[in-house]
Amino acid sequence: MAVEHSAAPPSGDRARIHDIGYRTYDGPRLGRAYARRSLYSQSLRGAYGLGRSVKSKVLPMLLFAVMCVPAAIMVAVAVFTKAKDLPIAYTDYALVMQAVISLYVASQAPQAVSRDLRFRTVPLYFSRPIETSDYVRAKYAALASAMFILTAAPLLVLYVGALLAKLDFTDQTKGFAQGLVSVALLSLLFSGIGLVVAAVTPRRGFGIAAVIAVLMISYGAVSTLQAIAYVQDNTAVIPWIGLFSPVTLIDGVQTAFLGATSTMPGGAGPSTAQGVVYLLVVLGLVAAAYGLLVRRYKKVGM
Amino acid sequence: MYDPTVARLTYRALLGRRRALVLGALPLLLIVIAVAVRALAGADDQTAANVLGGFALATMVPIIGVIAGTGAIGPEIDDGSVVYLLSKPVKRSTIIFTKLIVAIASTMAFSAVPTLIAGLILNGNGQQIAVAYTVAALVASIAYAALFLLLGTASRHAVVFGLVYALVWETLFGSLVPGARTLSVQQWALAVAHEVAGGDLVTSDVGLPAATVLLVLVTVAATWYAGQKLRALTIAGEE
Repeated sequence: MAVEHSAAPPSGDRARIHDIGYRTYDGPRLGRAYARRSLYSQSLRGAYGLGRSVKSKVLPMLLFAVMCVPAAIMVAVAVFTKAKDLPIAYTDYALVMQAVISLYVASQAPQAVSRDLRFRTVPLYFSRPIETSDYVRAKYAALASAMFILTAAPLLVLYVGALLAKLDFTDQTKGFAQGLVSVALLSLLFSGIGLVVAAVTPRRGFGIAAVIAVLMISYGAVSTLQAIAYVQDNTAVIPWIGLFSPVTLIDGVQTAFLGATSTMPGGAGPSTAQGVVYLLVVLGLVAAAYGLLVRRYKKVGM
Repeated sequence: MYDPTVARLTYRALLGRRRALVLGALPLLLIVIAVAVRALAGADDQTAANVLGGFALATMVPIIGVIAGTGAIGPEIDDGSVVYLLSKPVKRSTIIFTKLIVAIASTMAFSAVPTLIAGLILNGNGQQIAVAYTVAALVASIAYAALFLLLGTASRHAVVFGLVYALVWETLFGSLVPGARTLSVQQWALAVAHEVAGGDLVTSDVGLPAATVLLVLVTVAATWYAGQKLRALTIAGEE
């Protein structure tokens, strides 16, 4: 605004203040909890592209379909062949589909946080009554819920199908419950890792690649090392190597506590004592992810 | 055909600030794994081929290719700043070619060099394995960079599609459907590596002549089409 102030300001008698009727807001104030809930529900809808353009619905919906279709096929096979059991255990499903789950978290975690960083809208959120921890909690909870919907829906398909096929009720219910606990842990862990990585970079594309790299590469590295340890007959090391990738962490926890069979080479899953270590590492990682996010947003929220 | 200023800007966009560190993390991991495997298992040709083939060529090279290929042009199109580049009196084909060169150079530097080092650590280039996989990584870098550069100009979700191709198509379908293997950059690169190494530790499903023709064809076609895309680029607003 390069307006020149060459002319002298108008003399006193010509200046007057008009009352143009500004009023203060005196309606109800919905407060911090409401703002947090709104942020949560908007982020959760955004994770599936609801309320956004058609283009941004394509990818999450496609991945959701890819997650559910194999479950439906398995159910159909089980019903028609009158099988005694489902072709896959509830706890194994997420591990088999880990590439799809990783792609989902990699595409949606940057979606949830990178735009706010890139367009510098984060401070605007904090001009509302929410605090840093509210923002982080809402985003984390939203992505974890979206992940839980993604991973639990195929289990539900399997469970309903199993009941329709008149498989043993208590057996199936127990397996289903174990599967749900396992995917809940997986959702928390994966979305925590995804958000921490995505919150570091304002570039969406870079965030996607970084999340995939962390999830898939660590699994690739760990399973390579495990296979080599197995070939060397060094089976005692295998469970300890498994501590270093998110997928094998979940595998280990559900092997130790949720009655799953391990996909580690030779089925050499962790013992109960090692399972406790696995569980502690998972919970520690989730807490660390939350802590790092809060720290990050303390900095960028200024 | 090659514009140094465009190249400088692209290098800065790709490797500037902390991005080079992220790109460098993957090769570093490969070398750490190589050291760990050597310490655990000793020098073994089959193990070396497994690690280099399964981890370096199948996972690391495509991911670095995706980051470098789409990163060379994607972010600029994404935030709209590409218009300032396009409005300069530089031919669009020159822009694409320069960005391709930069993407290829970055992919090679961050994938082929560590592959060679890891190979040397694993078995000291026994049976030419280290050199063979390095050649494969070099060849694959060119094709991946061209392919993913095209994806970067064609789609806003280039990174996701690139990863779907690299991880789902090449890894998953490649191991289930034999036909998918003929249409895979990884296998073409392996065919070249097979020629270098000889022996049966490095094998490919594609013959060398077919692989060479397909590699050249894909690289040239992808680069040409990316140039065409850039000629008629419409800047989309934020969704």
